[in-house]
Amino acid sequence: MSSKKDPDAPKKPTNGFSRRGFIRGVGIGTGALGSGLLVETAAEAAPPGAVAGPAAVPVTLKINGKPYNLNLEPRVTLIDALRNYLDYTGAKKVCDRATCGACTVIMDGKVVYSCTVLAIDAQGKDIQTIEGISQNGKLHPVSAAFVNHDAQQCGYCTPGFVMAVKGYLDKHPNPTYEDVEKGLGGNLCRCGTYMGIRPAVLEAAKELKGGRNA
Amino acid sequence: MPDTPNYSWPPMDKRRVMGKPTKRVDGAMKSSGRAKYSSDFTQKDLLFGALLTSPYAHARVTSIDTSEAEKLPGVTAVRVIASAGTELQWAGQEMASVAAETEEIAYEATRKIKVQYEVLPHLVREDDLAKAGARAKPAGETVKGDPDKAFQEADAVVEGHYGIPVITHCCLEPHGNVMEWKGDKINLYPSTQNVSGIGGDLANAVKVPPANIKVNMQYIGGGFGSKFTSDLWGIEAARLSKASGGRPVKLFLDRATELQIAGNRPSGFANVKIAGKKDGTITAWQSESWSTGGIGGGGSPPIPYVFDFPNQRKNHTAVSTNCGGVRAWRAPNHQQACYLTDTAIEDFAAKINMDPLEVFEKNLGVTARADVYRAQLQKGAELIDWQKLWHPRGQGGSGTLKRGLGLAISTWGGGGHNSQCRTKINPDGTVEVELCSQDLGTGTRTVITMVAAETLGLPLGAVTLKIGDSSLPPSGASGGSTTVGGVSSSTRKAAVNALAKLFDAVAPALGTAADQLEAVDGRIQVKGDPSKSLTWKAACQKLGVNPISEMGENNQRNPGGLNSSGVGGVQMADVSVDIETGIVKINKAVAVQDIGLVINPTTAQSQIHGGCIMGICAALFEERIMDQQTGRMLNPDMEFNKIAGIGDIGEIVVHLDITPEHDKRGPVGLGEPAAIAVITAIANATANAIGVRVPEIPLTPNRVLAALERRNA
Repeated sequence: MSSKKDPDAPKKPTNGFSRRGFIRGVGIGTGALGSGLLVETAAEAAPPGAVAGPAAVPVTLKINGKPYNLNLEPRVTLIDALRNYLDYTGAKKVCDRATCGACTVIMDGKVVYSCTVLAIDAQGKDIQTIEGISQNGKLHPVSAAFVNHDAQQCGYCTPGFVMAVKGYLDKHPNPTYEDVEKGLGGNLCRCGTYMGIRPAVLEAAKELKGGRNA
Repeated sequence: MPDTPNYSWPPMDKRRVMGKPTKRVDGAMKSSGRAKYSSDFTQKDLLFGALLTSPYAHARVTSIDTSEAEKLPGVTAVRVIASAGTELQWAGQEMASVAAETEEIAYEATRKIKVQYEVLPHLVREDDLAKAGARAKPAGETVKGDPDKAFQEADAVVEGHYGIPVITHCCLEPHGNVMEWKGDKINLYPSTQNVSGIGGDLANAVKVPPANIKVNMQYIGGGFGSKFTSDLWGIEAARLSKASGGRPVKLFLDRATELQIAGNRPSGFANVKIAGKKDGTITAWQSESWSTGGIGGGGSPPIPYVFDFPNQRKNHTAVSTNCGGVRAWRAPNHQQACYLTDTAIEDFAAKINMDPLEVFEKNLGVTARADVYRAQLQKGAELIDWQKLWHPRGQGGSGTLKRGLGLAISTWGGGGHNSQCRTKINPDGTVEVELCSQDLGTGTRTVITMVAAETLGLPLGAVTLKIGDSSLPPSGASGGSTTVGGVSSSTRKAAVNALAKLFDAVAPALGTAADQLEAVDGRIQVKGDPSKSLTWKAACQKLGVNPISEMGENNQRNPGGLNSSGVGGVQMADVSVDIETGIVKINKAVAVQDIGLVINPTTAQSQIHGGCIMGICAALFEERIMDQQTGRMLNPDMEFNKIAGIGDIGEIVVHLDITPEHDKRGPVGLGEPAAIAVITAIANATANAIGVRVPEIPLTPNRVLAALERRNA
């Protein structure tokens, strides 16, 4: 029921300037907030004086190693670019303000909430999505561990959670149970799958160290 | 062959697939991001829809001007929902809808619609009944026995105030649809708990023949009781599509709108008085309760819950508020009823200096399933180490971290909804099972596949399952924990019927009668004689060129012994409360649940984990906070409308009550029963820890500290 959009298709012009606020406020969730990503990302925003838009501008995004040329209004967020202008729908738009982590992708090795990154600011970065981590039809060890431990129910938070776990294990290959509870507080699940996620993270850590996905 | 095939479940010890912990069959699709939800729909000519919603809790539209929105390049349709003169009854109410080439333009267009309002007085808070005035609608008094006499003769009387707030479903996939209305036909990609029924619902609203509406939904990102109908935003999306030349329109609610208008669990408040004897027997119940679920008032929780005390006096009042409307919430009315009842029982136990476990046991005679609860209370107590860890109220240690235990009990109906299933056996040996059900994440796909595989003597992978498509045989809505009972029974019957046809075709080759055959381990064999057998594939070749296609049906009113309803459950909690910060932490929760026949223990356990975690959310964090000044929800987001994170849940221990006695009842369903009692167990554990009742939940630090301050005052 889906087909890739033509990435070069011209977008209808717009005359409104209603650029979406970049930082939309950071609340304190029930767990730890991701890893202070907003601060890091904000510091890397467009250089001062560079004005783009409000009309669509050419934007090149490198996603899972492939470049895509798009015409996007500067207000388009990375999650919307992935979901609405391409067909990368694994990342989900849920809270749309950097609380829940359903939109998590990895950008230049950092775990980011793609609802709170502007697409134009993601240019020149290596963007890795859930679609890019399984290789040659083989599930990534994190995805496989989620299946093994029934760490998913409706599955809507799952792709974001899997990416957060992957990003976390890339930096913390030997987590304890307690580390997992602290390190993954930036993703929320409504069905209540955390009981499966905790052992899944530990199993994935073991698998990844074993180099079986090398 | 006997006239009536034997559909009964295979004996527990003979099952090869059912009853074995099994990974969900769609697990890899979900965890790899390949599962396509309706909100993931992409297509080249797709348009995006957005709503303009009311900023006021109560107002009349005096004018609405969409001309600027219509002029915005990229806008394909603008529709007025609330024309001049319309009275708006809650903030978030739909006023206009827009379709546009991009999501950004659609939302921008809604901001260009100019509306003038006459603002009217509103009521958005019901916690103080005295302020509700004419908005409070008392239902009248009900009396049982002689409560006055019972209160006079009691050894002890305890009075308390208790409150459980409105919370929102907060489905991670918001409500919405993709609608494509071309000519006289509609393609609908919904996010619904009712794939079979939603087309008919839309048909009534837009006057298109139901047969012209095709529905497809393969995955849904949460429903919890809030996603059954096509909804005004779905109807609008259809009309926007029609007005845009039949191009598909994707309209899913933004998070703030989702939390304001896409459903909520009504509140429950009560002043409760109970009387009893020194030995723990409760003799009388009196309650003045109230609740709201929006403009239509609220539900009336069935109190006293589970315990039908001999003498009762009850008054319930529904309060109409200018808030978004109630929808079924995973065990409608039961969470409220459990909270209002089992808190009062715990307080009674504390008043007479008795262990609440004993008080609950003492009163089981006035429940519908005393033996089930008695066994469950014992099992729960063992799993949470009640004898060792429980202490009288307030004696939770001398430090600032106080530990406590609490318990509560629940009941639910369940059963099996109407369901039809088609099972096809093809000459090449492939098997297709088809029914228009949906998998909410509960494991429905896996359970159906397991039942078919078990019945046909095949491995799980040999069965191809199709669900979520309205061209398939209809199956009921997933509500009331009735799905597993319905789909397992219809699948069992269809598979038995198909297998009987295969036996007919194979019997001559094996030189026996069809009723002497059985399907075991991928073979068709003479009963008890594996030497006379054919492989499944060789057997199916005997069909020639014609496949077998057989139906099976579950009738909700006459399930034929394949499924049943009515369960009991006990949940307990072990918490630690920091009396300096007011923070409540869960150490452990225990759930003991009777659920009849368990098809997949893996997904059954996951459902109970999920129910407990939702209960932890409700006990500690969740609350829709309305502001009486502005009439708006103060926390229509996910940072201040909190749900638990991975570090908030402690340990959860599940005991599935799997016994031959429960098993012979067939599947019952457990999505709802698992989500009821833990809320109250946590509240009771908190009272046990700190020595004082925190009357209203969620147990936020400020409420805990305020309760401690009142005690110390």
